[in-house]
Amino acid sequence: MTTLPLEPVPPPLEQTTPSAEPRWRALRSVDRSDRIYRRILTTLALALPALILVILGVLFVSALPAVTRFGPSFLWTSTWDPVAEVYGAAPMIFGTLASSFLALLIAVPLALGVAIFLTEFSPRWLRQPVAFLVELLAAIPSVVYGLWGVFVLIPFLRSYVVPPLKAVLGWTPFFDGAFYGNSLLAGGIILAIMIVPYIAAVSREVLLAVPTSQREAALAMGATRWEAVRSAVLPYGRAGLIGAIILGLGRALGETMAVTMLIGNRHDIGLSVLQPAYTMAAAIANEFSEATTNMYLSALFEVGLILFVLTVVVNAIARILIWRVARGAAVGSKAL
Amino acid sequence: MSAGTFRRHLTSRVMTALVVVLAFLAVLALVLILGDLIAKGASSIDWAFFTKSPVPAGESGGGVANAIVGTFIVVGLAALIGVPVGVGAGMYLAEYGSGRLGFLVRFVADVLNGTPSIVIGIVAWTFLVKPTGRFSALAGSVALAILMIPMLARTTEEMVRLVPHSLREAALALGYPRWRTSLKVVARTALGGIVTGCLVGIARVAGETAPLLFTALGNLNFSTDVRHPMQTLSLQIYVYATGPFDEWHRMAWAAALVLMGLVLILALAARWVTRQRYGSGR
Repeated sequence: MTTLPLEPVPPPLEQTTPSAEPRWRALRSVDRSDRIYRRILTTLALALPALILVILGVLFVSALPAVTRFGPSFLWTSTWDPVAEVYGAAPMIFGTLASSFLALLIAVPLALGVAIFLTEFSPRWLRQPVAFLVELLAAIPSVVYGLWGVFVLIPFLRSYVVPPLKAVLGWTPFFDGAFYGNSLLAGGIILAIMIVPYIAAVSREVLLAVPTSQREAALAMGATRWEAVRSAVLPYGRAGLIGAIILGLGRALGETMAVTMLIGNRHDIGLSVLQPAYTMAAAIANEFSEATTNMYLSALFEVGLILFVLTVVVNAIARILIWRVARGAAVGSKAL
Repeated sequence: MSAGTFRRHLTSRVMTALVVVLAFLAVLALVLILGDLIAKGASSIDWAFFTKSPVPAGESGGGVANAIVGTFIVVGLAALIGVPVGVGAGMYLAEYGSGRLGFLVRFVADVLNGTPSIVIGIVAWTFLVKPTGRFSALAGSVALAILMIPMLARTTEEMVRLVPHSLREAALALGYPRWRTSLKVVARTALGGIVTGCLVGIARVAGETAPLLFTALGNLNFSTDVRHPMQTLSLQIYVYATGPFDEWHRMAWAAALVLMGLVLILALAARWVTRQRYGSGR
């Protein structure tokens, strides 16, 4: 509530409609400067909805030539041939989804571990430092993650991770073929580290919003500490936790620099995580300045449009889920 | 203790240990990355690194002075554009945001907060590079400002909401008009929080690369003209890291360490401001 309890203010919804204006004025003589102040703030606030419409509009108009030329088959054809002017985004869409899900597979246990540790098990003195350190992961620039990935993570994977993985799981299609470094695996791991702080920060706020009485009730019934967490705390915050994970997914889908530097940038659909792949964001980053023809440029804008709509939908779902738990709180925006 | 109880307590212990290990791994990742940055970057940082511009490929020496200055210009200009809009929108949400428009703005801000920065980059390119036919630092600043606005709106709102109602009531009871109450009493009380939000927002965009690829572009020479291409640390790291020379890789680590230091200083400054205003902090 922002309105004052002492003031005779009409219900919030009426406040914004013109019909309520005379009554409002009759109750309190509104200074002209008050209205100017409100108008300035409203204009600035309207910048945000305007922004999302402008972004959508620009992407759509610029993508229009490609949309009309290739139609919906743009989504499921794999040819990407700038010489023949034939474009299909299937490999990038596949790579974007595959790398993001791989990232979630790794990041979700880590992030939930951090959140559960901080809210349920950590000694009080350790909470602030651990929370700060994990949030610092969000402060590392994407390009620095990329640098670290190229010169530290990939050599490490090549020497210590991939050989045993291949020895045990080499017969499955997921670990097929030779490992040259830049790959779905490298991109997925770096993405996982990058989204841990976001999922952890939101999950923590969600778990903090679970009433203490929930835990006490479970413990009073004779539950062990873990049983209290599993049966009372996690189910209570489930919608919010799923929201946190989806929020992390949204981040992973649109991450650009680190992935561009690590995923290998190959237009191909393969099941093996050891092979290079491509993502939509990486394609734009790599090819936008090379796009010499209008159709090439338009195809890249269509890729951008798909990426934007996808992340907006994913983020919207995440927000609705989180808001249901921690009402209206700007959870996650503080992550740093 | 029966066998069942024993098993339940064992499970509890094992799961607790697992959670601790997972949390430890997340912290370990940070320690490893920062450790590598210092180990591989610190040795290349000397006076010339901060004062000289890059030398042609193959030669050794040189520095990233142009990129450091460029980062300050591009990010500073972005803050100049983004902070008024973001903070203003946040004030709106806190003061008048209980209606339908407030809900919409809040929702859009949260959704925009997760927008891929590369998409913002190509939108800024369409408006500011394509018509003029020239890459410019200004276009990069606009792209970064767009990234900053939704973040600032939400943190500002949160901070302003923390101001107690009684303060506002006292000001209004003394006959202050609403706008003066809002600016002189409410916003001033929340100033520490708002500044913190701004610093965090600036720190986050300072490391951005993707939206600058097709706007600020990068520049090998020293330049302070915002109508022309300009180098930033993030762009420099990308070029050096993906290049073929060992000398470049060495410079990339050093530049990354400097960029990370810059971001950390901003983040720590943000915490310090909060602590100054609110005593012991969170």
